[in-house]
Amino acid sequence: MDIKVKVRGPEGDAYIVELSGEIDVYTSPKVKESIAELIDQGHYSLVINLENVRYIDSTGLGVLIGALKRVREHGGSVNLVCTNPQIKKIFDITGLVKIFGIFESEASATQALA
Amino acid sequence: MSSSSAVVPQTDVTMVDLRIPRKAEWVAVARLTMAAVANRLHCSVEDIEDLKLAVAEACTSCIQQPTSTDQVAITCEMDANELRLTVREHTEHAGAAAAPRAAASVSVSEAAESELGLFLIRSLMDHVEYTIDPQLGLRLFMVKKLLG
Repeated sequence: MDIKVKVRGPEGDAYIVELSGEIDVYTSPKVKESIAELIDQGHYSLVINLENVRYIDSTGLGVLIGALKRVREHGGSVNLVCTNPQIKKIFDITGLVKIFGIFESEASATQALA
Repeated sequence: MSSSSAVVPQTDVTMVDLRIPRKAEWVAVARLTMAAVANRLHCSVEDIEDLKLAVAEACTSCIQQPTSTDQVAITCEMDANELRLTVREHTEHAGAAAAPRAAASVSVSEAAESELGLFLIRSLMDHVEYTIDPQLGLRLFMVKKLLG
């Protein structure tokens, strides 16, 4: 079990964080570190692409919430790309659909940040 | 003289036990085992995903407890109607279960994630009991009804 993190950008104003694999208590520190590095560099508009994420748990959600809190302090935002119904269900159950912009494609998530 | 006894309907109960080291990298093993068990029970894809998440969240909660246990024990007990899951801290060292970890504490973010984890478990399972025993540590008992 592993997680792959790929950072691209800028595309417009946003940096894209592409994640693939499973985000759990073991792999979430790697995701947290990559996103924190981007924020530390002053990038506050982020698109996190979860299209290739097969699994996410509360520690993964915690990383996303932490990132959103940090960028909002600087007037930024985090949009998510999510097409996996099971992962969407987790965002629904936890009410996180109300605090994240969740999009079907990277293009629409990036455009919404512009 | 013959005696008769009441006929008690018997339900076949199957059990699967698993113990994993209390380390983050082993939670995936519990999750995959859960998926295999649920698949064996012909659960729907959605139920399999729910069970995987519930068992992983329970294991994560055990790992994040500020105690000195060294294993997480997972017991799946199932019959035709339901799947009963117990996830608890476990140690081979008698009396050491709930002793506080020497130099460890639960961070604020770990506590928040743990609450979110418990919320997810309660949302996905049909019945949940969460207990912390001073001697035995954390124990989560969960039930998922099996449909059809």
